[in-house]
Amino acid sequence: MKPAPFEFRAPVSLDGVLEEMREHGEAARILAGGQSLVPLMNLRMLQPSVLVSINHCKELSYIRAEEDGLVCGALARQWDVEHDQVAIQRCPLLVQALHHVGARSNRNRGTVCGSLAHADPLAELPAVALALDADMIAASSTGRRVVPAREFFVGALENSLRPDEILEAVRFPYAPTGSRSCFIELGNRNHGFAIAGVALEVTFGEDGRCRRARLAVMGGENIAKRASDTEVALAGSIIDEAAAREAGRLTASLVDVAGDFHADAAYRRELVAVLVERALIQVASGAAGRARSI
Amino acid sequence: MSQATSLRKTDVTLTINGKSYTRQVEPRRLLVDFIRHDVGLKATHIGCEHGVCGACTVRIDGRTARSCLHFAVAVQGAEIETLEGLSADGRLAGLQKAFHDAHGLQCGYCTPGVLLTAEEFLSENPEPSEQEIRAALSNNLCRCTGYVNIVKAIANAARDRDKTTADPAGESRK
Ligand SMILES: Cc1cc2nc3c(=O)[nH]c(=O)nc-3n(C[C@H](O)[C@H](O)[C@H](O)COP(=O)(O)OP(=O)(O)OC[C@H]3O[C@@H](n4cnc5c(N)ncnc54)[C@H](O)[C@@H]3O)c2cc1C
Ligand code: FES
Ligand code: FES
Repeated sequence: MKPAPFEFRAPVSLDGVLEEMREHGEAARILAGGQSLVPLMNLRMLQPSVLVSINHCKELSYIRAEEDGLVCGALARQWDVEHDQVAIQRCPLLVQALHHVGARSNRNRGTVCGSLAHADPLAELPAVALALDADMIAASSTGRRVVPAREFFVGALENSLRPDEILEAVRFPYAPTGSRSCFIELGNRNHGFAIAGVALEVTFGEDGRCRRARLAVMGGENIAKRASDTEVALAGSIIDEAAAREAGRLTASLVDVAGDFHADAAYRRELVAVLVERALIQVASGAAGRARSI
Repeated sequence: MSQATSLRKTDVTLTINGKSYTRQVEPRRLLVDFIRHDVGLKATHIGCEHGVCGACTVRIDGRTARSCLHFAVAVQGAEIETLEGLSADGRLAGLQKAFHDAHGLQCGYCTPGVLLTAEEFLSENPEPSEQEIRAALSNNLCRCTGYVNIVKAIANAARDRDKTTADPAGESRK
């Protein structure tokens, strides 16, 4: 189908974007890569009356290696972040997850911030942002605020931005020394929406024990969720096969999973247990590096 | 906001296959419709119109993108390339021959999108495995072929491309 009519704005500066959002608020939507918004508009599931495109706002198109993390501006495209040298070396979990976000042609256009703002329950990047406690930098014409990932994601397709705010950038903390990470998911295809997935980063001590685990799980019911109880259970332990299996079972009992025509809830829950177990074994055995799909 | 203003047409200028086109269109005009209806280049197809089939694949500023997921006005000023441009300058010749030889198409509806996807893929992964080819094609839907001959055609194109670009003595390659 064709989308309903709308007013179109394409400010060339951030101030211009924020001014449009101040003026049009509720009625307006930001257009970034369009990979989620335009399908919904073509299907007329969304009919915003004003579209504020940031595609001509070059000052939002950056990937910056700052002291406390990698900062992706609102127009940083997924493909560019996936191939950024600092991201590859210092934010491995983010890069592993990006391999799974849609097809190449979606990642060429889609933005990291757009995926976070969209907050799809089966999107990879919100899981990564939650696992790593990324900082969301929200901006409006009245100022900026930093929103922790846990407060940013409210629910399925819902974030905590005010109607006049945009997500100006996101900051992903660098992986600590001694850490290994793994993003793993199972879907019908290598890329495209998964049935379930997990984002895991484990920091190991000199003695080989898990010093700190960060784990977020997506299972379709709601936005991805941090598995805090599993993290507590893993801290200080040796991650062997038995510990990994137990952590998988514990996680599966904690998360919300959905049933749909791809998989029923019981299967998803079982899958979460298996994926957590595999991810833990992968990081424990040092088989880090690129994301593996199964 | 009145309906009248949102239906108002604006000038959109795009470079398509090296030639500049300016057309007056509504903001909601999809890039694929701009290319097909306003400019009249028909190699780019429309399948699903919501981003999943890949039939509408073009290049925007040098990279593949789905032209049904962009408003023409939002890519104002961009360089667009379609199958017509890529085949006219010979960049697709090897792939096109391989598709012809291996029967990599039946009705041909998906083919323009598959060719553009494969071209970008092979330019970065010149020696792909079958699994990598299949993964690269996983968001291009074909209703006819069952993919077997598409995968074969791309593998053959990679092999032949390899031959033509290898150094004459063949020493730097295994
Ligand atoms: C075939 C296909 C497969 C896909 N597979 C996957 C997948 O496997 N995993 C996945 O996660 N996604 C997938 N997607 C969705 C998509 O790739 C991402 O969700 C998408 O890239 C979102 O980013 P965008 O820049 O395109 O955002 P847009 O579509 O432009 O925007 C999405 C929403 O976020 C809002 N928004 C965007 N940027 C901002 C901002 N800076 N501030 C405030 N609000 C903002 C918009 O108003 C809109 O509501 C797929 C899409 C397609 C078409
Ligand atoms: S028509 Fe654009 S992806 Fe199907
Ligand atoms: S050849 Fe008919 S859709 Fe692919």
